[in-house]
Amino acid sequence: MGSVRTAVVGVGQTRHVAARHDVSMAGLVREAAREALDDAGMDFGDVDAVVIGKAPDMFEGVVMPELYLADALGATGKPMLRVHTAGSVGGSTAIVAAKLVMAGIHERVLTVAFEKQSESNATWGLTVEMPFSAPLVAGAGGYFAPLIRAYIRRSGAPSHIGHLVAVKDRRNALRNPKAHLHLPDIDLKAVEESFLLWEPLRYLDTCPSSDGAMALVLGSEDVAATVPGPVAWIHGTAMRSEPTMFAGRDQVNPRAGRECAADVYAQAGVTDPRRDFDCAEVYVPFSWYEPMWLENLGFCAQGEGWKLTESGATALDGDIPWNPSGGVLSSNPIGASGMIRFGEAAQQVRGRAGDCQVPLHTGRALGHAYGGGSQFFSMWVVGAELPA
Amino acid sequence: MSEALVEHHVLEYPGGYTRSVGPALSRYLSGLRDGVIVGVRGADGRVLVPPTEYDPVTAADLDDYVEVGPAGTVVAWTWVAEPRPGKHHLDRSFAFALVRPDGADTAMVHVVDARRPDELAIGARVAPRWAAERHGYVTDLEAWVPLPEGQAASPAPPNAAADASDEAITGIVTPIRLEYDINAGIAASKYLRALGERRIVGQRAVDSDQVYVPPRGSDPTSGAPTEVEVEVGQKGTVTTYCVVNIPGLSENAPEIPYVCAQILLDGSNTPWFGLVHGVAPDDVRMGMRVGAVWVDDPGPNAGSIKWFEPTGAPDAPYEEYKDYA
Repeated sequence: MGSVRTAVVGVGQTRHVAARHDVSMAGLVREAAREALDDAGMDFGDVDAVVIGKAPDMFEGVVMPELYLADALGATGKPMLRVHTAGSVGGSTAIVAAKLVMAGIHERVLTVAFEKQSESNATWGLTVEMPFSAPLVAGAGGYFAPLIRAYIRRSGAPSHIGHLVAVKDRRNALRNPKAHLHLPDIDLKAVEESFLLWEPLRYLDTCPSSDGAMALVLGSEDVAATVPGPVAWIHGTAMRSEPTMFAGRDQVNPRAGRECAADVYAQAGVTDPRRDFDCAEVYVPFSWYEPMWLENLGFCAQGEGWKLTESGATALDGDIPWNPSGGVLSSNPIGASGMIRFGEAAQQVRGRAGDCQVPLHTGRALGHAYGGGSQFFSMWVVGAELPA
Repeated sequence: MSEALVEHHVLEYPGGYTRSVGPALSRYLSGLRDGVIVGVRGADGRVLVPPTEYDPVTAADLDDYVEVGPAGTVVAWTWVAEPRPGKHHLDRSFAFALVRPDGADTAMVHVVDARRPDELAIGARVAPRWAAERHGYVTDLEAWVPLPEGQAASPAPPNAAADASDEAITGIVTPIRLEYDINAGIAASKYLRALGERRIVGQRAVDSDQVYVPPRGSDPTSGAPTEVEVEVGQKGTVTTYCVVNIPGLSENAPEIPYVCAQILLDGSNTPWFGLVHGVAPDDVRMGMRVGAVWVDDPGPNAGSIKWFEPTGAPDAPYEEYKDYA
């Protein structure tokens, strides 16, 4: 942790939808940035630096968003950085922005992450055919479904556990006006009868493809004292990475994820995440990743994640709600998805989560993102109270 | 045979990326289609062309659109004596220039179709030559041409495009093509050449027993070079898999449904993605023993192994492969 105590002082996001044909990419990021600045009682001129993130360039064919979107984000004459860590980028972008304040370099930093998936096709972007290799894996599901099968084998989880998560997160999304998917009739039967894409994953076990943007304003302790609304204090941040493939790699329960969680918990003084957090916003793009990450993040013992899900502990009225906002399963503008997790965690501890609000006991929440072949992890702990 | 394999590659999204253009470029592109150049007035009163959605100085929203031109002035230029076929906009010598349309305070990059460089100078007057058929792209303004002294620019001819419409342009398609040579690297080239000989050859570091297939030249756990070549078995165990029911976008993608498996080849320590064929997808199992089936004419590429088929041998016990899933 740096020496300057730092808080999320503004949060803004677009309504996430399948296609925003009415706005340019500039217009999309602008909407989120405008809302975050309004929330913080600021204008573009008040910001010292801008940090932007998006997922792999092939998704929209835009390789320099930091250049292309500088005008829209008021970055003229200011430092502007772009962060890139695949699907975890929304989280790592927020962390880079926060560190600029923690380090005492800037007082007010605007950070924005986005994806406009409607401009191409992410499945193509993730599985571009290259020389010397054979086209085998169709999209992210083709990569992750075998790992889910390995998890099921390892844990002995019954086959409906994933579907429970698919229903729970979509029901949560019905309370979130910004969520992409609003499926009022969602139930177990609907998930079980949806098309089998990448066995064992059915259509409703997977995230949608969304256009959307998320923005946060990070401020120093001095700035936090001047903003109109409540703030979310940053109690810890951590990032870890590991290679896609090495001998002995546990792809189901990656070491980088375990160590990233241990690091951020140590910074925040969290010893029992299930007890010490009021909720968690965790990157769950495929339903089964809830029980898998419950174990990876230490919310339960190995092999017990599916039992926690099945018991209802992670539901909105459970003792440790996961993804009260509806999560990635309900909105997935890929580059923004990690920052949405971080921002929704902040909204919870600010008491600003609307109909998705959980009761605050510890006043602390976890934001989590992962990307690549489960090889990039970024996490933060936010709290209603100043960090110790 | 120690040189790395190199192959030419074209990266292009099928059909081209789309762009929702937003309000400012919608005005600009619709204007080009209609034969006029549209700019926008910035917060300080300057007229920017092409128009931006947001003020580059104050970040304010901009929506005070103004028509500029049609004639303009060359602000800077460079002569292209030998245009490259297929790469340049014109097939004869021309100038790239920054042209400031009359009434604008900024210049736009475009081409000037001049016969000789001495027709151009900083401050030279130019006029647009419009395409007969216009669709809302910057190429609707085909080129700028030198404007003789005392003459005014002519208005654009009516749009001759068959699908000409008055509706605002809200989206365009932008083909982006990237061509380059990919170098497989020395380690992968050894592996690929072996595939051409129907052999699967991995590598390990000198002081490690962990065999990597395909090799990447170094052991990611230690960074040590993988200098020792190890031929591994052509049979292996399915450690985990999925049945794919959605088609890939590539022309060469397998037909659905197909089984994509992580296969631990005998003697290797890294599972390897491969297709499992010759068995109904529902009959594939974790632990199933499979063997490589080669194409008739293998070469130095991963396509040399057509797929894997069950060997019929008893399944491997879970304990043997569980750490490789």
